Amino acid sequence: MGDKTDVWQGTLALMVLKTLETLGPLHGYGIARRIEQTSGDLLSLNYGTLYPALLRLEQEGAIESEWGLSENNRKAKFYSLTRTGRRQLAHEARSWEQTTAILARFLAATGEPS
Amino acid sequence: MKRIRAWFLRITGIVPKQHQEQDFSDELASHLQMHIEDNLRAGMTAEQARREAYSKLGGVEHTKQAHREGRTIPFIDGVLQDLHYALRQLQRNPGFTVTAMLMLSLGIGASVAIFAFVDAALLKPLPYADPTRLVDVAERGASFSRSNLSYQDYEDWKRLNKSFSSLDVYSGGGYLYRTSSGVEPVPAARVSDGFFRTLGIHPMLGRDFYSGEDQQNAAATVILAYNTWIQRFGGRKDVVGQIISLDGVPTTVIGVLPPDFHFAPRGAAEFWTTTHQHNGCEKRRSCHNLFAVARLKDGVSVQAALMDVTAIAKQLEIQYPGSNRDQGAFVQPLSDLIVQDIRPILLTLLAGSALLLLIACINVSSLLLVRSEGRRREFAVRGALGAAPIRLIRQFITEGLVLVAAGTVVGLAAGYSLIRLLLSLFSKDMLSSMPYLSHLGFTPHILGFTLIIALLAAGIFSATPALRLPTTAMREALNDGDRGSAGTLWRRFGANLVVLELAIAVVLLVGAGLLGKSFYRLLHVDLAFDPNNLATLFVSLPATTYNKDELIVTATHKIIDQVSTFPGVTSVAITSVLPVSGNGNTDWIRVIGHPFHGEHNEVNEREISPDYFKTIHAQLLRGRFLTQQDDATRPRVTVINKAFADRYFPGEDPIGKKYGGGDLAPDSVKEIVGIVDNIRESALNEDIWPAEYKAHNQDADAFFALVVRTSGDAKSILPSLSAAVHQVDPGIGTLNELTMQQRIDDSQTAYLHRSAAWLVGGFAALALLLGIIGLYGVIAYSVSQRTREIGVRMALGAARGSVYQLILKEAGRLTVIGIVAGILCSIGAATFIRKLLFGTHSWDITTLAAVSLLLGLAALLASFIPARRAASINPVEALRAE
Repeated sequence: MGDKTDVWQGTLALMVLKTLETLGPLHGYGIARRIEQTSGDLLSLNYGTLYPALLRLEQEGAIESEWGLSENNRKAKFYSLTRTGRRQLAHEARSWEQTTAILARFLAATGEPS
Repeated sequence: MKRIRAWFLRITGIVPKQHQEQDFSDELASHLQMHIEDNLRAGMTAEQARREAYSKLGGVEHTKQAHREGRTIPFIDGVLQDLHYALRQLQRNPGFTVTAMLMLSLGIGASVAIFAFVDAALLKPLPYADPTRLVDVAERGASFSRSNLSYQDYEDWKRLNKSFSSLDVYSGGGYLYRTSSGVEPVPAARVSDGFFRTLGIHPMLGRDFYSGEDQQNAAATVILAYNTWIQRFGGRKDVVGQIISLDGVPTTVIGVLPPDFHFAPRGAAEFWTTTHQHNGCEKRRSCHNLFAVARLKDGVSVQAALMDVTAIAKQLEIQYPGSNRDQGAFVQPLSDLIVQDIRPILLTLLAGSALLLLIACINVSSLLLVRSEGRRREFAVRGALGAAPIRLIRQFITEGLVLVAAGTVVGLAAGYSLIRLLLSLFSKDMLSSMPYLSHLGFTPHILGFTLIIALLAAGIFSATPALRLPTTAMREALNDGDRGSAGTLWRRFGANLVVLELAIAVVLLVGAGLLGKSFYRLLHVDLAFDPNNLATLFVSLPATTYNKDELIVTATHKIIDQVSTFPGVTSVAITSVLPVSGNGNTDWIRVIGHPFHGEHNEVNEREISPDYFKTIHAQLLRGRFLTQQDDATRPRVTVINKAFADRYFPGEDPIGKKYGGGDLAPDSVKEIVGIVDNIRESALNEDIWPAEYKAHNQDADAFFALVVRTSGDAKSILPSLSAAVHQVDPGIGTLNELTMQQRIDDSQTAYLHRSAAWLVGGFAALALLLGIIGLYGVIAYSVSQRTREIGVRMALGAARGSVYQLILKEAGRLTVIGIVAGILCSIGAATFIRKLLFGTHSWDITTLAAVSLLLGLAALLASFIPARRAASINPVEALRAE
């Protein structure tokens, strides 16, 4: 597996929200790590791009942040999902599933003689 | 919803920055730390761990920048940064900032204030319905191009014209209004019934005049001006239907005019009544006492309307040759009538303030230019560090905008004070004749005008220093040796600007000089009487009590006797019209024994008491003055002025000659008993007309002016004059006590000339100051640029004198070019203010010479200071400094 895939446009926010739902409050580094791991190291994530995405989600009210201590006693900023965020996640997950299902159906279709 | 929230956060994110910046730095630091620790745990070397963490992040600065942009709106953020930087720059140079802002706000303030007047007087449409269709209609007499209309002519014009949808007349006058404390003469207007409908004005309370309410048998009704309603009737709604006493006649109040209504030709009128009771004048076709206002029918031009009424006037001339000979017609837009006096002055002032603003802008630009010169290295460095040219230019624009914004705000404040100041200079009478000035304030027009000025100034200021930023030359600026080309563009550009400035200053100075000289001439015209120590007062005898000539004459004598007993009074007289009030109140005459073919001989007509000439110190040239014996029982006599004698009796002795009205009716025939000098009856800037002085005893008038000569200051007697008149009869109305000198100084002509002279003078003084500052700046800058060159010259043995010469020659060249260009321009410009000049040519040599001398001396002074600095340069230090 030489080539890694870049994160698709617009999916990073969804991954962040899902990660926070699964793992609870987490700092930026942790989120980045988790996304890479979950992708089975197939995604190439520039960690720096995560922060504007986090900022955006926070500005939109989907997540909130708080300074806290990391597992090895280091000061870090922890992000957690808000109610708005949960709703947004549910909504976006559903529409994403729908999209992939449709696409899958297209790809599964075989040519039939007319 | 969440979008809005996000944008809101980004916009507010612009403000508190330091804290967020720090917060994110901390977050990134902890991110990297955790990453490095993880890497170490995974077995990397310290160096590897670090490098991997940083590379995975994709650059700290880059991340920070992306975050910052997400936090705010990048463009606005950049603007704010520029703004911050600009403010810091301006703060660092308080001298420059204060000077530039002062100049700008001065220029803007003056322009805004004058524009406010221009807007109120010339631009704002008259407050009537569809005002462009309204015209002023009058007759054209032999002596006046616009003269009053007679009532019967008006009726014929109204009936016969095809151009007007309505034609209505108005006339001035006053009433003796009875209040609880006695009677008071109050200015009023009499109008035909459709007057307000023609203007498109509806009373805010009550009703308009019914049509037919101006007919002879109609009941007396009155509409109140808004201010009258408030001040005299306490703004009570039940005023409609009330009966008030005007000239002793019970009159019903039927309405109140709206607050913003004004009609400049009858500015101060408090009561508006109809012409239902014709006075003696209105019963005769030959007596002219009205003016008309008309609304043009759709598609009819002023010109066509004029032709129409002119044709009617011609027809009437044939029909009534006795009264209508040489009576043509006159039609002009109503707005022209209202602003005719003030228009040339306002336009002159507007031009003056625009020139001042231009000088101010030029000065600020050249200051900016000098500054940009000094900042070339700063910008070269920023450019070399990678700032895009557009970013550097944006910096200039921001600085220009900051300057202009501040200058505009201060300028608006200055303009506001200037407006207040100018308004306070107008007398109450002046303001009532210019009611359109009463609501002067910051209208959208004025704010728009200010915005345009500000944008222009901002454009100039951001363009000027940007001119000095040829990107290719920037690298050169980094080289220390760059000296040769640095000043050339500046010298060429800045020097031309100064020439322009000086030329403008000359134009304004010449304008001010000419106007000042006109004003001086105006105040020193030969009056042929002595205005000092004269007190005056108008007296109105109520017609109900004094309904016979004998009664009026007796009352007049009593008043004169009463006032004569006052201490300090040396002589008392009356006249129907005070001197220096203007030509008019005329009589048409025909000399007995001279050939007559119906010519129109018009002379000023005055009725006086016997002591009048003695009281005003007028000089008798021949014959005798009128005496107490010239009364109703004796044949009628007159004294004529010199102009009368010259005009109608050339090479003849007028004494003993007789003349009368055009028809030589027996009671109009008078014998000339004396010739008096040409007393200035006219306004100061008008011609002397022939005038006749009839005996008040023989031709009594219930309204006249009292003239009192005092031994001391005439002002001290003013307060007691009314009381003296009221001792004779408390029912007599008095108004307007003023000294003769006050009357002359406050006369419209004197006032307009004085205000124009003062204002243009003020602009000129500021222009001189700014121009000289500009010249000083250019020379001082040039000296600073040439320090090294001068040092070399002096090291090589040049004497201090030759250094002076070097600098002064440069200044002298600019000054001479500026003055010559200015003189040429001002001769051209002065022809535009010809109308405002009195007794002065637009190319008045003494004024031009004086201005050149003044400016030359001021320029010498301004360039002497930097020249001295240049001459005191120490050659050793000058060379070492580089």
